[in-house]
Amino acid sequence: MNPRITLATAGRILRQLRGDHRTVALMLVVPCVLLGLLAWVYSDSPVVFDRIGPALLGVFPLVVMFIVTSIATLRERTTGTLERLLTTPLGKGDLIVGYALAFGVMAVVQAVVASAFAVWVCGLDVAGPLWLLVVIAVVDAVLGTALGLLASGFARTEFQAVQFMPAFVLPQFLLCGLLMPRDQMPGVLEAVSDVLPLSYAVDAMKDVSAQADPLGDVLPSLGVMVLWVAVALLLGSLTLPRRTP
Amino acid sequence: MTSDAIVVEHLRVQRGGREVLPDLSLRVPRGQVVGLLGPSGGGKSTLMRSVVGVQVVAGGSVTVLGEPAGSPALRARVGYLTQAASVYADLTVRDNVRYFARVLGVGADAADRAIAAVDLTDHAGARVENLSGGQLSRAGLACTLVGDPEVLVLDEPTVGLDPVLRRDLWEIFRGLAADGRTLLVSSHVMDEAVRCDRLVLLRAGRVLSDSTLPDLLSRTGTDDAEAAFLALVDEDAAHDGGAA
Repeated sequence: MNPRITLATAGRILRQLRGDHRTVALMLVVPCVLLGLLAWVYSDSPVVFDRIGPALLGVFPLVVMFIVTSIATLRERTTGTLERLLTTPLGKGDLIVGYALAFGVMAVVQAVVASAFAVWVCGLDVAGPLWLLVVIAVVDAVLGTALGLLASGFARTEFQAVQFMPAFVLPQFLLCGLLMPRDQMPGVLEAVSDVLPLSYAVDAMKDVSAQADPLGDVLPSLGVMVLWVAVALLLGSLTLPRRTP
Repeated sequence: MTSDAIVVEHLRVQRGGREVLPDLSLRVPRGQVVGLLGPSGGGKSTLMRSVVGVQVVAGGSVTVLGEPAGSPALRARVGYLTQAASVYADLTVRDNVRYFARVLGVGADAADRAIAAVDLTDHAGARVENLSGGQLSRAGLACTLVGDPEVLVLDEPTVGLDPVLRRDLWEIFRGLAADGRTLLVSSHVMDEAVRCDRLVLLRAGRVLSDSTLPDLLSRTGTDDAEAAFLALVDEDAAHDGGAA
Protein backbone atom coordinates (compact mmCIF):
# COMPACT_ATOMS: atom_id res chain seq x y z
CA MET A 1 0.00 0.00 0.00
CA ASN A 2 1.09 3.53 -0.74
CA PRO A 3 -0.55 6.64 0.79
CA ARG A 4 -0.15 8.60 -2.46
CA ILE A 5 -2.06 5.97 -4.43
CA THR A 6 -4.67 5.46 -1.70
CA LEU A 7 -5.42 9.18 -1.53
CA ALA A 8 -5.40 9.52 -5.33
CA THR A 9 -7.96 6.71 -5.48
CA ALA A 10 -10.17 8.25 -2.78
CA GLY A 11 -9.96 11.59 -4.61
CA ARG A 12 -10.89 9.97 -7.91
CA ILE A 13 -13.95 8.27 -6.37
CA LEU A 14 -15.09 11.54 -4.77
CA ARG A 15 -14.60 13.31 -8.11
CA GLN A 16 -16.82 10.68 -9.76
CA LEU A 17 -19.46 11.26 -7.10
CA ARG A 18 -19.20 15.02 -7.41
CA GLY A 19 -19.98 14.72 -11.11
CA ASP A 20 -23.14 12.81 -10.28
CA HIS A 21 -25.32 15.46 -8.60
CA ARG A 22 -28.41 13.30 -8.58
CA THR A 23 -26.76 10.47 -6.64
CA VAL A 24 -25.34 12.90 -4.09
CA ALA A 25 -28.74 14.56 -3.71
CA LEU A 26 -30.42 11.17 -3.24
CA MET A 27 -27.83 10.16 -0.63
CA LEU A 28 -28.52 13.31 1.38
CA VAL A 29 -32.23 13.91 0.79
CA VAL A 30 -33.70 10.41 0.99
CA PRO A 31 -32.74 9.83 4.67
CA CYS A 32 -34.26 13.19 5.58
CA VAL A 33 -37.48 12.46 3.70
CA LEU A 34 -37.80 9.05 5.38
CA LEU A 35 -37.10 10.48 8.83
CA GLY A 36 -39.63 13.24 8.16
CA LEU A 37 -42.24 10.70 7.07
CA LEU A 38 -41.63 8.63 10.18
CA ALA A 39 -41.90 11.66 12.47
CA TRP A 40 -45.18 12.54 10.76
CA VAL A 41 -46.54 8.97 11.10
CA TYR A 42 -45.79 9.05 14.83
CA SER A 43 -46.66 12.71 15.31
CA ASP A 44 -49.21 11.72 18.01
CA SER A 45 -46.73 9.50 19.85
CA PRO A 46 -43.29 11.17 19.80
CA VAL A 47 -41.99 8.55 22.27
CA VAL A 48 -42.12 5.91 19.51
CA PHE A 49 -40.28 8.24 17.11
CA ASP A 50 -37.60 8.80 19.76
CA ARG A 51 -37.12 5.01 19.82
CA ILE A 52 -37.20 4.31 16.05
CA GLY A 53 -35.62 7.53 14.73
CA PRO A 54 -32.09 6.88 16.06
CA ALA A 55 -32.24 3.26 14.88
CA LEU A 56 -32.99 4.48 11.36
CA LEU A 57 -29.97 6.79 11.54
CA GLY A 58 -28.00 3.57 11.98
CA VAL A 59 -29.65 1.89 9.01
CA PHE A 60 -29.26 4.58 6.31
CA PRO A 61 -25.47 4.83 6.04
CA LEU A 62 -25.04 1.07 5.83
CA VAL A 63 -27.74 0.56 3.20
CA VAL A 64 -26.75 3.52 1.02
CA MET A 65 -23.02 2.85 1.07
CA PHE A 66 -23.60 -0.86 0.49
CA ILE A 67 -25.51 -0.17 -2.72
CA VAL A 68 -23.20 2.55 -4.01
CA THR A 69 -20.02 0.59 -3.31
CA SER A 70 -21.22 -2.72 -4.70
CA ILE A 71 -22.31 -1.08 -7.96
CA ALA A 72 -19.19 1.10 -8.23
CA THR A 73 -16.76 -1.77 -7.70
CA LEU A 74 -18.74 -4.03 -10.00
CA ARG A 75 -18.35 -1.33 -12.65
CA GLU A 76 -14.60 -1.32 -12.07
CA ARG A 77 -14.61 -5.04 -12.69
CA THR A 78 -16.79 -5.02 -15.81
CA THR A 79 -15.41 -1.93 -17.60
CA GLY A 80 -11.80 -3.08 -17.38
CA THR A 81 -10.58 -0.27 -15.12
CA LEU A 82 -9.89 -2.79 -12.35
CA GLU A 83 -7.80 -4.93 -14.70
CA ARG A 84 -5.88 -1.85 -15.82
CA LEU A 85 -5.33 -0.76 -12.21
CA LEU A 86 -4.08 -4.20 -11.20
CA THR A 87 -1.30 -3.92 -13.81
CA THR A 88 -0.13 -0.66 -12.13
CA PRO A 89 1.66 -0.20 -8.78
CA LEU A 90 -1.77 0.13 -7.11
CA GLY A 91 -2.22 -2.40 -4.31
CA LYS A 92 -5.53 -4.00 -3.41
CA GLY A 93 -5.34 -2.15 -0.10
CA ASP A 94 -5.06 1.17 -1.95
CA LEU A 95 -8.28 0.47 -3.81
CA ILE A 96 -10.18 -0.83 -0.79
CA VAL A 97 -9.06 1.87 1.62
CA GLY A 98 -9.56 4.44 -1.14
CA TYR A 99 -13.21 3.41 -1.39
CA ALA A 100 -13.59 3.35 2.40
CA LEU A 101 -12.08 6.86 2.71
CA ALA A 102 -14.17 8.36 -0.07
CA PHE A 103 -17.45 6.94 1.19
CA GLY A 104 -16.42 7.75 4.76
CA VAL A 105 -16.29 11.40 3.70
CA MET A 106 -19.73 11.08 2.10
CA ALA A 107 -20.95 9.44 5.30
CA VAL A 108 -19.85 12.41 7.41
CA VAL A 109 -21.90 14.73 5.22
CA GLN A 110 -24.87 12.36 5.17
CA ALA A 111 -24.75 11.83 8.95
CA VAL A 112 -24.51 15.54 9.72
CA VAL A 113 -27.42 16.37 7.41
CA ALA A 114 -29.64 13.47 8.57
CA SER A 115 -28.89 13.97 12.29
CA ALA A 116 -29.46 17.72 12.07
CA PHE A 117 -32.74 17.15 10.23
CA ALA A 118 -33.86 14.54 12.77
CA VAL A 119 -33.04 16.70 15.78
CA TRP A 120 -33.98 20.19 14.66
CA VAL A 121 -36.74 19.58 12.14
CA CYS A 122 -38.33 16.34 13.36
CA GLY A 123 -37.75 17.09 17.04
CA LEU A 124 -35.87 13.88 17.82
CA ASP A 125 -34.82 13.81 21.48
CA VAL A 126 -31.14 12.92 21.77
CA ALA A 127 -29.79 12.73 25.32
CA GLY A 128 -26.16 12.04 24.38
CA PRO A 129 -23.67 14.12 22.37
CA LEU A 130 -24.56 14.70 18.71
CA TRP A 131 -20.97 14.21 17.52
CA LEU A 132 -21.18 10.61 18.66
CA LEU A 133 -24.13 10.07 16.30
CA VAL A 134 -21.89 11.22 13.46
CA VAL A 135 -18.99 8.99 14.55
CA ILE A 136 -21.27 5.94 14.64
CA ALA A 137 -22.74 6.86 11.26
CA VAL A 138 -19.25 7.05 9.73
CA VAL A 139 -18.20 3.64 11.08
CA ASP A 140 -21.57 2.34 9.93
CA ALA A 141 -20.99 3.74 6.43
CA VAL A 142 -17.51 2.25 6.21
CA LEU A 143 -19.12 -1.03 7.26
CA GLY A 144 -21.60 -0.69 4.38
CA THR A 145 -18.70 0.03 2.01
CA ALA A 146 -16.78 -3.02 3.23
CA LEU A 147 -19.81 -5.30 2.89
CA GLY A 148 -20.58 -3.81 -0.53
CA LEU A 149 -17.04 -4.52 -1.73
CA LEU A 150 -17.37 -8.08 -0.52
CA ALA A 151 -20.81 -8.56 -2.11
CA SER A 152 -19.69 -7.16 -5.48
CA GLY A 153 -17.14 -9.97 -5.65
CA PHE A 154 -20.01 -12.43 -5.95
CA ALA A 155 -22.00 -10.45 -8.53
CA ARG A 156 -21.46 -10.84 -12.27
CA THR A 157 -24.01 -8.24 -13.36
CA GLU A 158 -25.50 -5.05 -11.95
CA PHE A 159 -28.85 -6.83 -11.62
CA GLN A 160 -27.22 -9.33 -9.26
CA ALA A 161 -25.43 -6.57 -7.35
CA VAL A 162 -28.73 -4.78 -6.70
CA GLN A 163 -30.31 -8.06 -5.52
CA PHE A 164 -27.52 -8.47 -2.99
CA MET A 165 -28.87 -5.44 -1.14
CA PRO A 166 -32.02 -7.22 0.10
CA ALA A 167 -30.02 -10.45 0.50
CA PHE A 168 -27.27 -8.93 2.66
CA VAL A 169 -29.08 -6.05 4.33
CA LEU A 170 -32.79 -6.86 4.78
CA PRO A 171 -32.21 -9.84 7.13
CA GLN A 172 -30.02 -7.57 9.25
CA PHE A 173 -32.73 -4.92 9.14
CA LEU A 174 -35.38 -7.41 10.33
CA LEU A 175 -33.20 -8.67 13.16
CA CYS A 176 -31.52 -5.44 14.29
CA GLY A 177 -34.09 -4.70 17.00
CA LEU A 178 -35.97 -2.00 15.14
CA LEU A 179 -39.18 -4.05 14.69
CA MET A 180 -38.89 -6.04 17.90
CA PRO A 181 -36.43 -5.60 20.77
CA ARG A 182 -33.69 -8.16 20.25
CA ASP A 183 -34.05 -9.74 23.72
CA GLN A 184 -37.72 -10.50 22.99
CA MET A 185 -37.01 -12.44 19.78
CA PRO A 186 -36.84 -16.27 19.63
CA GLY A 187 -33.51 -17.47 21.06
CA VAL A 188 -32.04 -18.56 17.73
CA LEU A 189 -32.82 -15.23 16.07
CA GLU A 190 -31.47 -13.31 19.05
CA ALA A 191 -28.21 -15.28 18.75
CA VAL A 192 -28.05 -14.51 15.02
CA SER A 193 -28.73 -10.83 15.67
CA ASP A 194 -25.90 -10.84 18.21
CA VAL A 195 -23.51 -11.61 15.36
CA LEU A 196 -24.87 -9.28 12.67
CA PRO A 197 -23.16 -5.88 12.46
CA LEU A 198 -26.25 -3.72 11.87
CA SER A 199 -27.56 -4.74 15.33
CA TYR A 200 -24.57 -2.98 16.87
CA ALA A 201 -25.00 0.13 14.76
CA VAL A 202 -28.63 0.39 15.83
CA ASP A 203 -27.79 -0.37 19.49
CA ALA A 204 -25.12 2.34 19.48
CA MET A 205 -27.49 4.91 17.97
CA LYS A 206 -30.17 4.01 20.55
CA ASP A 207 -27.66 4.36 23.40
CA VAL A 208 -26.66 7.84 22.25
CA SER A 209 -30.25 8.96 22.03
CA ALA A 210 -31.24 7.49 25.42
CA GLN A 211 -28.22 8.20 27.65
CA ALA A 212 -26.52 11.47 28.56
CA ASP A 213 -23.15 9.74 28.86
CA PRO A 214 -23.34 6.72 26.51
CA LEU A 215 -19.65 6.28 25.66
CA GLY A 216 -19.21 3.21 27.88
CA ASP A 217 -22.01 1.36 26.04
CA VAL A 218 -21.21 2.72 22.59
CA LEU A 219 -17.50 1.84 22.45
CA PRO A 220 -18.00 -1.96 22.62
CA SER A 221 -20.60 -1.73 19.84
CA LEU A 222 -18.21 0.34 17.74
CA GLY A 223 -15.54 -2.28 18.43
CA VAL A 224 -17.72 -5.06 17.01
CA MET A 225 -18.47 -2.93 13.93
CA VAL A 226 -14.78 -2.21 13.37
CA LEU A 227 -14.07 -5.93 13.65
CA TRP A 228 -16.71 -6.61 10.99
CA VAL A 229 -15.18 -3.94 8.78
CA ALA A 230 -11.77 -5.62 9.08
CA VAL A 231 -13.16 -9.08 8.30
CA ALA A 232 -15.23 -7.84 5.34
CA LEU A 233 -12.31 -5.87 3.87
CA LEU A 234 -10.01 -8.85 4.26
CA LEU A 235 -12.49 -11.19 2.57
CA GLY A 236 -13.23 -8.48 -0.02
CA SER A 237 -9.55 -8.23 -0.92
CA LEU A 238 -9.62 -11.95 -1.71
CA THR A 239 -12.23 -11.21 -4.39
CA LEU A 240 -9.73 -8.92 -6.17
CA PRO A 241 -7.10 -11.31 -7.51
CA ARG A 242 -4.57 -9.78 -9.90
CA ARG A 243 -4.76 -12.83 -12.11
CA THR A 244 -8.14 -13.97 -13.42
CA PRO A 245 -9.04 -16.91 -15.70
CA MET B 1 20.54 -7.82 -19.66
CA THR B 2 18.95 -9.71 -22.50
CA SER B 3 18.15 -8.05 -25.79
CA ASP B 4 14.61 -9.39 -25.63
CA ALA B 5 12.07 -7.32 -23.71
CA ILE B 6 9.50 -10.11 -23.58
CA VAL B 7 10.33 -13.82 -23.49
CA VAL B 8 7.46 -16.31 -23.56
CA GLU B 9 8.38 -19.97 -23.13
CA HIS B 10 5.97 -22.88 -23.47
CA LEU B 11 3.08 -20.78 -22.21
CA ARG B 12 -0.05 -22.79 -21.60
CA VAL B 13 -3.38 -21.11 -20.83
CA GLN B 14 -6.80 -22.64 -20.33
CA ARG B 15 -10.00 -20.60 -20.34
CA GLY B 16 -13.43 -22.06 -19.72
CA GLY B 17 -12.09 -25.63 -19.99
CA ARG B 18 -10.56 -24.90 -23.41
CA GLU B 19 -6.84 -24.83 -24.18
CA VAL B 20 -6.52 -21.29 -25.57
CA LEU B 21 -2.72 -21.35 -25.73
CA PRO B 22 -1.49 -24.97 -25.81
CA ASP B 23 2.26 -24.30 -25.92
CA LEU B 24 3.34 -20.84 -27.05
CA SER B 25 6.88 -19.53 -27.24
CA LEU B 26 7.73 -16.04 -28.47
CA ARG B 27 10.42 -13.40 -28.14
CA VAL B 28 9.86 -9.67 -28.51
CA PRO B 29 13.13 -7.78 -29.11
CA ARG B 30 13.77 -4.58 -27.18
CA GLY B 31 13.07 -1.30 -28.98
CA GLN B 32 10.83 -2.83 -31.63
CA VAL B 33 7.18 -2.64 -32.57
CA VAL B 34 5.86 -6.17 -32.87
CA GLY B 35 2.46 -6.61 -34.47
CA LEU B 36 0.26 -9.41 -33.19
CA LEU B 37 -2.16 -10.42 -35.91
CA GLY B 38 -4.54 -13.22 -36.60
CA PRO B 39 -8.17 -14.31 -36.58
CA SER B 40 -10.22 -13.31 -33.56
CA GLY B 41 -10.34 -16.03 -30.92
CA GLY B 42 -6.79 -16.96 -31.85
CA GLY B 43 -5.39 -16.10 -28.43
CA LYS B 44 -4.02 -12.58 -29.02
CA SER B 45 -5.72 -11.00 -26.00
CA THR B 46 -4.94 -14.00 -23.80
CA LEU B 47 -1.26 -13.72 -24.72
CA MET B 48 -1.29 -9.98 -23.94
CA ARG B 49 -3.01 -10.56 -20.60
CA SER B 50 -0.34 -13.13 -19.77
CA VAL B 51 2.42 -10.63 -20.61
CA VAL B 52 0.99 -8.01 -18.23
CA GLY B 53 0.41 -10.67 -15.57
CA VAL B 54 -3.38 -10.62 -15.16
CA GLN B 55 -4.00 -14.01 -16.79
CA VAL B 56 -4.06 -17.22 -14.80
CA VAL B 57 -1.59 -19.46 -16.63
CA ALA B 58 -1.47 -23.25 -16.49
CA GLY B 59 2.19 -23.64 -17.38
CA GLY B 60 5.31 -22.19 -18.96
CA SER B 61 6.88 -18.84 -18.21
CA VAL B 62 6.56 -15.21 -19.30
CA THR B 63 9.53 -12.93 -18.59
CA VAL B 64 9.36 -9.18 -19.13
CA LEU B 65 12.51 -7.03 -18.83
CA GLY B 66 14.15 -9.93 -17.01
CA GLU B 67 11.42 -10.25 -14.38
CA PRO B 68 8.50 -12.69 -14.16
CA ALA B 69 5.43 -11.13 -15.82
CA GLY B 70 3.22 -9.26 -13.38
CA SER B 71 5.87 -8.92 -10.66
CA PRO B 72 5.63 -5.75 -8.56
CA ALA B 73 8.87 -4.32 -10.01
CA LEU B 74 7.29 -4.33 -13.49
CA ARG B 75 4.06 -2.55 -12.66
CA ALA B 76 5.38 0.95 -13.31
CA ARG B 77 7.47 -0.21 -16.31
CA VAL B 78 4.79 -2.00 -18.35
CA GLY B 79 1.79 -0.16 -19.80
CA TYR B 80 -1.35 -2.05 -20.79
CA LEU B 81 -4.32 -1.04 -22.88
CA THR B 82 -7.23 -3.48 -22.83
CA GLN B 83 -9.62 -3.90 -25.74
CA ALA B 84 -12.14 -1.79 -23.88
CA ALA B 85 -10.84 1.71 -23.23
CA SER B 86 -10.87 0.99 -19.46
CA VAL B 87 -11.40 4.55 -18.32
CA TYR B 88 -13.95 6.11 -15.97
CA ALA B 89 -16.88 7.25 -18.11
CA ASP B 90 -18.09 9.71 -15.46
CA LEU B 91 -14.79 11.60 -15.27
CA THR B 92 -13.24 14.05 -17.71
CA VAL B 93 -10.32 13.01 -19.89
CA ARG B 94 -7.99 15.13 -17.76
CA ASP B 95 -9.22 13.64 -14.45
CA ASN B 96 -8.80 10.12 -15.84
CA VAL B 97 -5.25 10.66 -17.06
CA ARG B 98 -4.27 12.57 -13.91
CA TYR B 99 -5.55 9.74 -11.73
CA PHE B 100 -3.42 7.17 -13.55
CA ALA B 101 -0.52 9.66 -13.44
CA ARG B 102 -0.77 9.81 -9.62
CA VAL B 103 -1.05 6.02 -9.38
CA LEU B 104 2.10 5.72 -11.49
CA GLY B 105 3.89 8.45 -9.54
CA VAL B 106 4.25 11.03 -12.30
CA GLY B 107 3.09 14.65 -12.31
CA ALA B 108 0.17 16.53 -13.83
CA ASP B 109 2.51 17.81 -16.57
CA ALA B 110 3.02 14.20 -17.72
CA ALA B 111 -0.77 13.87 -17.88
CA ASP B 112 -1.04 16.96 -20.07
CA ARG B 113 1.70 15.61 -22.36
CA ALA B 114 -0.07 12.23 -22.70
CA ILE B 115 -3.34 14.00 -23.55
CA ALA B 116 -1.53 16.09 -26.15
CA ALA B 117 0.17 12.98 -27.58
CA VAL B 118 -3.21 11.42 -28.43
CA ASP B 119 -4.51 14.79 -29.69
CA LEU B 120 -7.22 15.21 -27.05
CA THR B 121 -6.08 18.55 -25.59
CA ASP B 122 -9.20 20.25 -26.97
CA HIS B 123 -11.37 17.64 -25.23
CA ALA B 124 -9.40 17.38 -21.97
CA GLY B 125 -12.29 18.91 -20.02
CA ALA B 126 -14.97 16.70 -21.59
CA ARG B 127 -16.47 13.79 -19.70
CA VAL B 128 -15.43 10.51 -21.26
CA GLU B 129 -19.05 9.36 -21.68
CA ASN B 130 -19.60 12.28 -24.08
CA LEU B 131 -16.68 11.38 -26.36
CA SER B 132 -16.91 9.65 -29.72
CA GLY B 133 -15.66 6.07 -30.05
CA GLY B 134 -12.33 7.17 -31.49
CA GLN B 135 -11.81 9.80 -28.79
CA LEU B 136 -12.72 7.23 -26.13
CA SER B 137 -10.05 4.78 -27.24
CA ARG B 138 -7.49 7.59 -27.41
CA ALA B 139 -8.39 8.61 -23.85
CA GLY B 140 -7.67 5.03 -22.82
CA LEU B 141 -4.35 5.15 -24.64
CA ALA B 142 -3.37 8.40 -22.88
CA CYS B 143 -3.83 6.62 -19.53
CA THR B 144 -1.41 3.94 -20.75
CA LEU B 145 1.17 6.40 -22.12
CA VAL B 146 1.18 8.68 -19.07
CA GLY B 147 3.68 6.68 -17.00
CA ASP B 148 6.11 6.50 -19.95
CA PRO B 149 6.39 2.70 -19.67
CA GLU B 150 9.35 0.81 -21.16
CA VAL B 151 7.09 -1.91 -22.53
CA LEU B 152 3.65 -1.18 -23.98
CA VAL B 153 1.11 -3.93 -24.50
CA LEU B 154 -1.69 -2.51 -26.62
CA ASP B 155 -4.74 -4.63 -27.45
CA GLU B 156 -6.22 -3.25 -30.68
CA PRO B 157 -5.46 0.42 -29.96
CA THR B 158 -6.54 1.60 -33.41
CA VAL B 159 -9.81 -0.28 -33.73
CA GLY B 160 -12.59 1.97 -34.98
CA LEU B 161 -10.29 4.90 -35.72
CA ASP B 162 -10.25 6.77 -39.02
CA PRO B 163 -7.18 6.55 -41.28
CA VAL B 164 -5.78 9.93 -40.21
CA LEU B 165 -5.90 9.07 -36.51
CA ARG B 166 -4.48 5.63 -37.16
CA ARG B 167 -1.56 7.16 -39.01
CA ASP B 168 -0.99 9.63 -36.17
CA LEU B 169 -1.07 6.91 -33.53
CA TRP B 170 1.36 4.77 -35.49
CA GLU B 171 3.68 7.76 -35.65
CA ILE B 172 3.50 7.90 -31.85
CA PHE B 173 4.24 4.17 -31.64
CA ARG B 174 7.22 4.51 -34.03
CA GLY B 175 8.50 7.45 -31.99
CA LEU B 176 8.26 5.43 -28.76
CA ALA B 177 10.20 2.57 -30.36
CA ALA B 178 12.81 5.03 -31.62
CA ASP B 179 13.24 6.12 -27.98
CA GLY B 180 13.95 2.50 -27.01
CA ARG B 181 10.45 1.50 -25.92
CA THR B 182 9.14 -1.94 -26.81
CA LEU B 183 5.61 -2.32 -28.16
CA LEU B 184 3.44 -5.38 -28.59
CA VAL B 185 0.41 -4.25 -30.58
CA SER B 186 -2.48 -6.41 -31.73
CA SER B 187 -4.45 -5.42 -34.76
CA HIS B 188 -7.07 -6.55 -37.22
CA VAL B 189 -6.02 -4.03 -39.84
CA MET B 190 -3.52 -5.66 -42.13
CA ASP B 191 -2.23 -2.44 -43.68
CA GLU B 192 -0.82 -1.58 -40.25
CA ALA B 193 1.58 -4.50 -40.71
CA VAL B 194 3.93 -2.29 -42.71
CA ARG B 195 4.47 -0.10 -39.63
CA CYS B 196 5.71 -3.03 -37.50
CA ASP B 197 9.29 -4.23 -37.20
CA ARG B 198 8.13 -7.81 -36.80
CA LEU B 199 4.85 -9.58 -37.36
CA VAL B 200 3.51 -12.47 -35.35
CA LEU B 201 0.55 -14.36 -36.74
CA LEU B 202 -1.40 -16.26 -34.13
CA ARG B 203 -4.03 -18.83 -35.02
CA ALA B 204 -5.74 -21.24 -32.62
CA GLY B 205 -3.18 -20.39 -29.95
CA ARG B 206 -0.16 -21.20 -32.10
CA VAL B 207 2.43 -18.96 -33.74
CA LEU B 208 2.04 -19.51 -37.50
CA SER B 209 4.68 -17.00 -38.40
CA ASP B 210 7.15 -14.70 -36.62
CA SER B 211 9.24 -12.64 -39.01
CA THR B 212 9.70 -9.29 -40.69
CA LEU B 213 7.23 -8.29 -43.40
CA PRO B 214 9.71 -8.71 -46.31
CA ASP B 215 10.63 -12.21 -45.07
CA LEU B 216 6.95 -13.08 -44.76
CA LEU B 217 6.19 -11.85 -48.28
CA SER B 218 9.06 -13.73 -49.87
CA ARG B 219 8.23 -16.92 -47.97
CA THR B 220 4.60 -16.88 -49.03
CA GLY B 221 5.21 -15.43 -52.50
CA THR B 222 2.62 -12.70 -51.95
CA ASP B 223 2.55 -8.93 -52.43
CA ASP B 224 1.01 -7.66 -49.21
CA ALA B 225 0.50 -8.67 -45.59
CA GLU B 226 -3.15 -9.53 -46.04
CA ALA B 227 -2.49 -11.97 -48.86
CA ALA B 228 0.44 -13.46 -46.93
CA PHE B 229 -1.69 -14.04 -43.86
CA LEU B 230 -4.57 -15.50 -45.83
CA ALA B 231 -2.11 -17.87 -47.48
CA LEU B 232 -0.68 -18.93 -44.12
CA VAL B 233 -4.08 -19.31 -42.47
CA ASP B 234 -5.43 -21.33 -45.40
CA GLU B 235 -2.35 -23.53 -45.34
CA ASP B 236 -2.75 -24.07 -41.60
CA ALA B 237 -6.48 -24.76 -41.90
CA ALA B 238 -5.81 -27.28 -44.67
CA HIS B 239 -3.24 -28.89 -42.41
CA ASP B 240 -5.81 -29.09 -39.61
CA GLY B 241 -8.29 -30.66 -42.03
CA GLY B 242 -5.74 -33.20 -43.22
CA ALA B 243 -4.77 -34.12 -39.69
CA ALA B 244 -8.35 -34.64 -38.52
